[in-house]
Amino acid sequence: MHPRNIRPWLARYGLLLALVGISLALSLAKPGFLTVSNLINVVRQISINGILAVGVTYVLLTGGVDLSLGSLVALSGVAAACWAHPGEYPVVVPVLIGVLAGALCGAANGAVITWGRVAPFIVTLGMMTVARGLALVISGGRPVSNLSRAFTTLGSADLLGIPVPALILAAVALASHLCLRHLRVGRYVYAVGGNELAARASGINVAGVKLFAYTVCGACAGLAGVVLASRITTGQPNAGLAYELDAIAAVVIGGTSLSGGVGGVGGTLLGALLMGVINNGLDLLNVSSYYQQIVKGLIIVGAVWLDKRSTK
Amino acid sequence: MGVLESADVVLEVANLGKSFPGVRALDGVFFRLRRGEVHAVVGENGAGKSTFMRLLAGLETPDDGEIRFRGRPVRLRHPHAARQLGVAMIHQELMPFLDLTVAENILMGRERTRGPFGWVDRAAQRREAQRLLRQLDVPVSPDCRMRELGVAEMQAVEIARAIGCRAEVMIMDEPTSALSERETRALFRVMGDLRRQGGAIIYISHRLEEVFELADTVTVLRDGRHVVTGPVTAFSRQSLIESMVGPPKSRIAEPKSRIAGVFGGHDRAANARPAEDAAALVVRGLSRAGAFADVSFAVHRGEIVGLTGLVGAGRTELAQALFGMVEAEAGEVRVQGVAVRLRSPRQAIDHGIALLTEDRKHDGLVLTLPVMHNLTLCGLDRCSRGGWINGRREEAVADALIADFGVRIAHREQSTGTLSGGNQQKVALGKALLPDPDIVILDEPTRGIDVGAKAEIYGLIRRLAQSGKAILLISSELPEVLALSDRILVMRQGRLSAALDPRRATPAEILHWAMPE
Repeated sequence: MHPRNIRPWLARYGLLLALVGISLALSLAKPGFLTVSNLINVVRQISINGILAVGVTYVLLTGGVDLSLGSLVALSGVAAACWAHPGEYPVVVPVLIGVLAGALCGAANGAVITWGRVAPFIVTLGMMTVARGLALVISGGRPVSNLSRAFTTLGSADLLGIPVPALILAAVALASHLCLRHLRVGRYVYAVGGNELAARASGINVAGVKLFAYTVCGACAGLAGVVLASRITTGQPNAGLAYELDAIAAVVIGGTSLSGGVGGVGGTLLGALLMGVINNGLDLLNVSSYYQQIVKGLIIVGAVWLDKRSTK
Repeated sequence: MGVLESADVVLEVANLGKSFPGVRALDGVFFRLRRGEVHAVVGENGAGKSTFMRLLAGLETPDDGEIRFRGRPVRLRHPHAARQLGVAMIHQELMPFLDLTVAENILMGRERTRGPFGWVDRAAQRREAQRLLRQLDVPVSPDCRMRELGVAEMQAVEIARAIGCRAEVMIMDEPTSALSERETRALFRVMGDLRRQGGAIIYISHRLEEVFELADTVTVLRDGRHVVTGPVTAFSRQSLIESMVGPPKSRIAEPKSRIAGVFGGHDRAANARPAEDAAALVVRGLSRAGAFADVSFAVHRGEIVGLTGLVGAGRTELAQALFGMVEAEAGEVRVQGVAVRLRSPRQAIDHGIALLTEDRKHDGLVLTLPVMHNLTLCGLDRCSRGGWINGRREEAVADALIADFGVRIAHREQSTGTLSGGNQQKVALGKALLPDPDIVILDEPTRGIDVGAKAEIYGLIRRLAQSGKAILLISSELPEVLALSDRILVMRQGRLSAALDPRRATPAEILHWAMPE
């Protein structure tokens, strides 16, 4: 390949290449890596972070940020668990309640950001504390347990050999991909993030688009909270600490620009997958979780640095 | 000029040139500045004054030519290099640190410190700032936050800062544009003091009265070229305007024949003006504080109305008000005879108004999006159903626009940011026109694009008018306005000052109405 053409190619497929390369290296080092059961394990492990990352992709594409995701996970998990005791309601009720709780908090974020003109960083930082407090209030500070079988299966069961959380992630990612690529509102998300003034001058309802992005992001966090509560069979008010950071990291590794307008769900999925594979690989290699943190941090910065260089 | 002692010359410029993509902004400029001299640089919008000053201040580097400071050739690679030599620029748009104090602003980068850790000595800072302010006789406390000051006071602080840096050459770009009469007087007194102390001032202003009052020497630039330099006493207002616009005959005849020749005659006589109530756009008494006041005019179907004036005359704000980007505070807008309220661009688009914004990078295009997505951004309803974008139809719409507007690109998915200025402008135009508006407002449609693209855009504007659209053409380029318009409106300091007939008007006459009185 001509060296001049290698840069755009790298920019496009570099992440996929890195993922394949690391997987190959791991499978050589540890034969246990490239087995169906381990790969399914990886997919299960990334599903919650993946759902959060897909949701926050909308927000980052508009040029905003959402720091409240971890707290929303806790709040919606607790809210769902309160409605998931055996013999009370069909399983769809707690699921919807959880998603709704997340969506409402997301909409509140969006409303304050657009109409109150407060910076997203501040608003979602506030929501991070508020939602955590709400989760503690609702649960009385104790885990909400004694959940119905139907509810807990969501997080633990397999369908056709694939974990249900992973299927949920796939569905959310597919729907988001279609929304961002083929719906008008998705196009407007990119336009608002790319140049808010030009978007407004093109007749786009900028406030509405931002409200949409934060609401979807909150709903995804709600869904992730439901899946987590189901997996750990309790609504934990202290769950999800710092989950927002891993989610944002996955999006950024996936090539979405923090300044907005560039990126997409495909990259986000690859980013989440890369983080999952590396975590899993380091586990297999018996690297202590302390070192894993260091590696994760280096990967976040390194990926963005490489991305900048290849797209320059 | 040879008899003068060369030791007196602070700054000398020989054959300076600078190009931007598609534009030769400055070409072969010679310039000489002496101690104790106020040297005015005048010219029309786009004559190259600002580029020239940016080169002197180290904000841009020249492509060719030489800048000599005290006889030594210098290369100003960044603003700091210019500052160190003693060249200070008082910007048209001031850039102070609004939340720091006056003293901190004046001593920014040269803080009075004590001890090995750079402990800032506030008392010494205050004293030094106070001394400089007193020297300028500016009644501002050094402890004031910059934000609390008026524009004139901020300017005075900037000047104090420049003097504090021992600036020998001070560049002032339109310093009085935001000042009241009293503040202007105060500034002139400060400038007089500076001159007596041996400082040299380069003064850019559209206000010729100020030039005559203040300057010792005048240099005229036109189209990036040096036209004439001489003592201010050698000029009259009339002769100065004439050298700014160029020889009257060639100047009018040339662009007209070129544009009309290429794109065919546009029969003005056929455009007998119908009654006002039939006009596509009627504006009555439109006002917005600080921007424009009591503006009334009408634009008819198939008519091109040129709106010209100096930068800052309020033209762009008027365009934004007509497109709902800012709200007018008083007055009325009628579209096809119906009074409308324009509170957002969406409403304006729904009323059949389109705006090509002045700065396509700022609020015209989303440069991160592919060309196709920009083109369809205002009119996605045309290629979607129920919110779902029909990819094939969008491609067809985009391809049609690309062909219609002659956009030259490799692929419709190409990122808009990679296009040349002219091609970007065509995309911006195509985007604005996709909703098929009846009224088209074009704000500086040919700014920063090359000659070939300009000619194409002129052709497009004529075609739009012929297809029955009402066009408001806002432009600073007088040949463009004269060649394209059916009527010319001149705006001066927020008000319409004249309505002229392009068949009879001359550039000098337009400039006369555009210059502040």
